[in-house]
Amino acid sequence: MDKAMHGRLLGRTEVEDLIIVPLFAFIAALALGALTMLATRVDLATIGQSYVALLHGSVGSLNALSETLTAATPLVLAGLGLALGFRAGLFNIGAEGQIVIGGLACVIFAFSFDGLPGVILMPASLLAGALAGACYASIAGYLRAATGAHEVISTIMLNLISYRLLDYALRLPYVQKEGRADPISKSVPEAAELPRLLTALDPNLRVHAGVFLALLAVALVWWLLFRAKLGFEFRASGENPDAARYAGMNAGLIIVLAMGLAGALAGLAGANQVMGVLGRATPGFSAGIGFDAIAVALLGRSHPVGVLLAGLLFGALEAGGRQMQVEAGVSIDLIGIIQALIIVFIAAPLLVRALFPWGFRRKRAGS
Amino acid sequence: MQAELRNITKRFGATVANEAVNLTIRPGEVLGLLGENGAGKSTLMNVLCGLYAPTAGEIVLDGKPVVFDGPGDAIRAGIGMVHQHFMLVPVFTVTENVVLGEEPVGPVDHLDRKTARAKVAEISDRYGLHVDPGALVETLPVGVQQRVEILKVLFRSADVLILDEPTAVLTPQEVDEFFKIVRALRDAGKALVFITHKLNEILEIADRISVIRRGKIVGEGDPKQMTRQDLAEMMVGHPVDFRIKRAEFAPKEVILDVSGLTVLRANREVAVNDVSLNVRSGEIVGIAGVQGNGQSALIEALTGLRPVAAGRVTFDGTDITHASVRARHAMGIAHIPEDRQRRGLIVNFTVAENMVLDSYYDRRFSGGAAIDWARVRQSTAEVVEAYDVRTQSVASAAGTLSGGNQQKLVVARELSRDTRLVIAGQPTRGLDVGSIVYIHERLIAARDEGDGILMVSSELDEILALSDRILVMFKGRVVAEFDAYAEDTDKRRIGLAMAGVAA
Repeated sequence: MDKAMHGRLLGRTEVEDLIIVPLFAFIAALALGALTMLATRVDLATIGQSYVALLHGSVGSLNALSETLTAATPLVLAGLGLALGFRAGLFNIGAEGQIVIGGLACVIFAFSFDGLPGVILMPASLLAGALAGACYASIAGYLRAATGAHEVISTIMLNLISYRLLDYALRLPYVQKEGRADPISKSVPEAAELPRLLTALDPNLRVHAGVFLALLAVALVWWLLFRAKLGFEFRASGENPDAARYAGMNAGLIIVLAMGLAGALAGLAGANQVMGVLGRATPGFSAGIGFDAIAVALLGRSHPVGVLLAGLLFGALEAGGRQMQVEAGVSIDLIGIIQALIIVFIAAPLLVRALFPWGFRRKRAGS
Repeated sequence: MQAELRNITKRFGATVANEAVNLTIRPGEVLGLLGENGAGKSTLMNVLCGLYAPTAGEIVLDGKPVVFDGPGDAIRAGIGMVHQHFMLVPVFTVTENVVLGEEPVGPVDHLDRKTARAKVAEISDRYGLHVDPGALVETLPVGVQQRVEILKVLFRSADVLILDEPTAVLTPQEVDEFFKIVRALRDAGKALVFITHKLNEILEIADRISVIRRGKIVGEGDPKQMTRQDLAEMMVGHPVDFRIKRAEFAPKEVILDVSGLTVLRANREVAVNDVSLNVRSGEIVGIAGVQGNGQSALIEALTGLRPVAAGRVTFDGTDITHASVRARHAMGIAHIPEDRQRRGLIVNFTVAENMVLDSYYDRRFSGGAAIDWARVRQSTAEVVEAYDVRTQSVASAAGTLSGGNQQKLVVARELSRDTRLVIAGQPTRGLDVGSIVYIHERLIAARDEGDGILMVSSELDEILALSDRILVMFKGRVVAEFDAYAEDTDKRRIGLAMAGVAA
């Protein structure tokens, strides 16, 4: 991919890695998913019906497409952040916490400045979410740069802290919705909401302007990684931290910046959820998006375009999964199983090659 | 046991690594296998020790053709390989390492340490290896670790021993010691293959020499009737001139002045202990020493990669003791790191990306936040041409280049700008003769243009070939200084200093 940027066509090996392996991984995951259903005494007809529903619920109608895009948007945003981190050699598990903090900050900012015109309030609220996510992630970045604390551990811990911070904040008189006993925040003012795009066609279509935000982020991350100085430093540090240090790059600063940017994108994903879908913050509003985004970033090979495609796939699985449940009565947990299987197969390309030998050029002996 | 390779051909796809190679390895004899990196020595030996199946040809042991299905078969047949990179578990004892995989066990899988230890001690004594079976491997010097590798092979009752570049990590004195062991093994009737690209060593130790070039045996002979020059020509394929023309030694002002420099390792141990030295414009100062005596830490401190605990470093009159890597770079200090694959290059990056690894931020290549890749590629193409870096294109990954071209890429990056001081660590380690000569020429050219050059090398031949002045480091200190032009400066005296014996 970064070779393509130097004007060279993708080689056969790259095509195999980037397209064929994920494709077969998906097929293998569907097949194993069917076996799982068989094992739980679902009959064949229902299995067939459920996969039809999966297709139908993800791309089969305008509403399905809208749901797919709605589900994909935060996954793409957070996935881009994680991809940036992976490129810089940081294994950030903390997108979930950064989404929580970003979303919470966004809600608080938005209702605090209720009355500002939408053109200011909406971008400013997004920015508040991004900044809060960035600051929260930078804690882990700083700990890594200054003390060597591994980011995997510190981000997991920060995730747990974020949940409790959210619970606490939602009970604060300033944040809690008036007249409610349960922990629920005040609503995002209408002026700050991300506008829905297709309400003219059908008021139930939930797809909102966050889609453009995600596309913009894809382009920006691509530019950052493959055109900008900072991205060059990220990639150099990720590929070979020793060589980067020897070339005079500031490893500590790069770590903090990469974590900060990753957090900003995850924070944006959180802001996107509260401003475009939920309208407020509730306990657990992050809904595991930060963890699914790890899978999205890995499936997308930490490439912005790959993340976009992987995010769409996972969004489709989620939207289709709901339809599967409705139409075929199959548990939505099955979608979780299929997603997990895709990742397992992606992580084991040799297994995929062994299962589908005809899809690949034959490996040269001994090389 | 006599091992024969008959008409061995090994292909990887379209590339031919070995072609119709015939080789006989006789008991009680040391066969020297000479060839450049990439000539096919290792592939050939990997065929012999069962790692690769030959595409054509056969292996014959004592007259009987054999087929190895994996290294296990070769080991059982009595063929053992001592790898260049040791494969030892540092926190295990010598005995544990030697028996690993072949542990004598009692009932209930109980490891019989006593038997194991006795057997290891017995083998060690029989061949004069002098290894303490109970010692922890990580506490042993490199030379002794190598003997543990040999013990491993002997423990598995090998009759044919393949020694892959065994002297790369040894001091001259350790090499002498090692040669004694090789001779003892030979006299005990073992068949040995000694793989190397060092001409002097092969002439000293081998009873018979085979030279391999581009996968084929291009010459065989008796070391008593061959000269260094003959061998070099056979190995490279054309006449080699080892003497590099250089301008008369005329050093000018002091450019790098180091006084009382002390540097610590990460574990607070002293790595460099109160070192004072200087480098003048127009001279090459060579730092000799066995690896691990503080040379790496010294270079890292001088290039800004490691903090200085005490002392002072001045460059051209400016105090740079605590200056950053980038600041030093900007002042005209070039650094050729000692490990090109780990520190000098990013192997997955393209040649162009590597070429600007330490200058991408420069105004030449970037306006604002973005890098102008078109300009980078153009500039890289020019430098690649000027420094004879052989690459398909500037968009090829650096990892696809040969070792020599990778190092030329590093050298090109560092020397293609205005430099005043060049700090080079092991600049030619593991390279082919052609690349070595080329890099030496470039360093000498830099010296003749008035750069000061500080070079660390554990290859004494390289130190002697290039240096105007030679310093020897031992246990973090500079223990001796030699004038390269003095009559009495020779390998033996420097070698003694390297071993810590006062000259």
